[in-house]
Amino acid sequence: MIIASLFETAWHALTTHRMRSFLTMLGMMIGVAAVILMLAIGQGAQAMVRGAIESMGSNLFIIMSGATTSGGARVAMGSAPTLTFADADAIRDLPDIVAAAPMLPGSAQLIYAGLNWSTSVFGSTPDYVIVRNWLMASGGFFSEADVRSGARVAVIGQVVARELFGDEDPIGKIIRIRQAPFEVIGVLAAKGQSLDGRDQDDLVVVPISSAQQKIFSSSLRNRARFIMAQAVSEKSMDAAESAINELLRNRHRIGVGQDDDFTVRNLTAIAETAASTTRVMSLLLGAIAAISLVVGGIGIMNIMLVSVTERTREIGIRMAIGARRRDVLWQFLIEALTLSLIGCAIGLALGIGGAWLVERLAGLPVAVTPASVLMAVGVSFLIGVFFGFYPARRAAGLDPIDALRSQ
Amino acid sequence: MNTESGKPLIEVVDLEKDYPTGAGVFQALRGVSLSIAAGEFVAIMGASGSGKSTFMNLLGCLDRPTRGSYHLDGKDVSKMSSDQLAALRNREIGFVFQGFNLLPKLTALDNVALPLMYAGMGREARRQQAQATLDRVGLGERSHHTPLQLSGGQQQRVAIARALATRPRIIFADEPTGNLDSETSRQVMGFFSQLNREEAITLVLVTHEADIADYARRRIRFQDGRVVEDVTTEADAT
Repeated sequence: MIIASLFETAWHALTTHRMRSFLTMLGMMIGVAAVILMLAIGQGAQAMVRGAIESMGSNLFIIMSGATTSGGARVAMGSAPTLTFADADAIRDLPDIVAAAPMLPGSAQLIYAGLNWSTSVFGSTPDYVIVRNWLMASGGFFSEADVRSGARVAVIGQVVARELFGDEDPIGKIIRIRQAPFEVIGVLAAKGQSLDGRDQDDLVVVPISSAQQKIFSSSLRNRARFIMAQAVSEKSMDAAESAINELLRNRHRIGVGQDDDFTVRNLTAIAETAASTTRVMSLLLGAIAAISLVVGGIGIMNIMLVSVTERTREIGIRMAIGARRRDVLWQFLIEALTLSLIGCAIGLALGIGGAWLVERLAGLPVAVTPASVLMAVGVSFLIGVFFGFYPARRAAGLDPIDALRSQ
Repeated sequence: MNTESGKPLIEVVDLEKDYPTGAGVFQALRGVSLSIAAGEFVAIMGASGSGKSTFMNLLGCLDRPTRGSYHLDGKDVSKMSSDQLAALRNREIGFVFQGFNLLPKLTALDNVALPLMYAGMGREARRQQAQATLDRVGLGERSHHTPLQLSGGQQQRVAIARALATRPRIIFADEPTGNLDSETSRQVMGFFSQLNREEAITLVLVTHEADIADYARRRIRFQDGRVVEDVTTEADAT
């Protein structure tokens, strides 16, 4: 077959009109670069959300004290803690639940050797690291015994370790939390940003009993603001949710028709909503960029039509010396295809370079995936064929005598 | 009419060609019947509008007759597909035009190699054959010049080389000396005569110049779409 020769012919035709070829490719280049860049940004955002969801802990429920509504009137959530440590234990004993940690949140100032740092303080139990799926960077977490005895031990996050200790090893050091001395027994591994943009590593976790008595001096004993619970699997989330509802309504003696004094929220479902929002945004960005690809294709068709008109005589000569109609068709189709594929290659380089710049300069997470590269190449190919076909067919349909006579 | 022995290479019977115009139908050819044997050197003459160019386009398989039959080497051309016609133009027929019709961006070598590409020949083989053909027309040294770097006579020789590249049996030349001075015209016509004599290539030459037509042994004159004169001189005019 003479296809190889036709590629040579196409290359020759394109290199004799360098400026025009470049301008024709420009549309394609910008289109491909835009698609690559937009998909990279969209997929980067998706990856960030996915990471945040994974760091949150999987199959997670949060059970809050207080109802969302009470007799039609909205009640400030958690204003009066209705959940108890015993509720948390009972939830943990449910068949679909792996772990349940009662939580007492607050904020406090930490002091160590003249340095101070304001941070979030959580009173909890060893189940906390299970539900949050959190690893230790050094040291260990406190035990059930520490919770029972109200031990003055604390586990700190990466940010707190950095701010208070710098390069020093925090393990075994005594920090003051609202003046009460606590011994640091562990440092949590880094988790990074949460879905709502907070730094998850800026915290201290202490036994819930110690938090209640030594830090917050709460009068309400054995009460938790909220409970974090983890289901065995994603499939058991629904069953677990109704089991928790039923259990707490029984334990709190809430009759039929009465409002709950607690609220169960499926955090994983909420996170999935966030993830699908970014997915839609990513698709939207890609779709807008794809429009510029189509515009680039129309640019190629325009120039190919001009080229066919300009080269009518050449087409006539080629036909006179034996080019079949399909040879002429292929010649112009391959020219259009070469234009769009070279434009695509340059656009790919620009898009990937642009994505790198966005990551370096704007600090946005980007992800150039093989799938998006393949898609851009595939679409450019299709556009080359689609928009190259009409001009090529016009060239092939010329009458040899008329074509030879044209000037 | 058939002056040479053997079967006619070209045989047309009652050939007619109509062109639709705004004012109706223009009859460019009104019934032409003749045959040309292999190895003949024929000049087709006539004023412009006489139908000689239309006739040559039909013989050259660039166009199809409205009515009548055309047999080339015994095969009925009027029934062929456009691909078959393209193959005939490629292998059996070479064209030489008044305006040379070379592709200006290609070198002489690439111009001559072009019909070989459409014949499906590989890159190296066609470059070799193109070079050999350029050598034959005496332009072997200039194979890497583009047409604009060559004189008119040289360009026409490149065009002749392109017509010869696929070793066709017939060459159609449409006013091949129209753009050349008399000295160069003589050289080109001398080369055509030599080709006809030494390689028995059938030559059909369209011209309106009597002294150019004198190179041919047979002269066919067209007027208003009909043959009005068909003379064969036995003596060689060269």
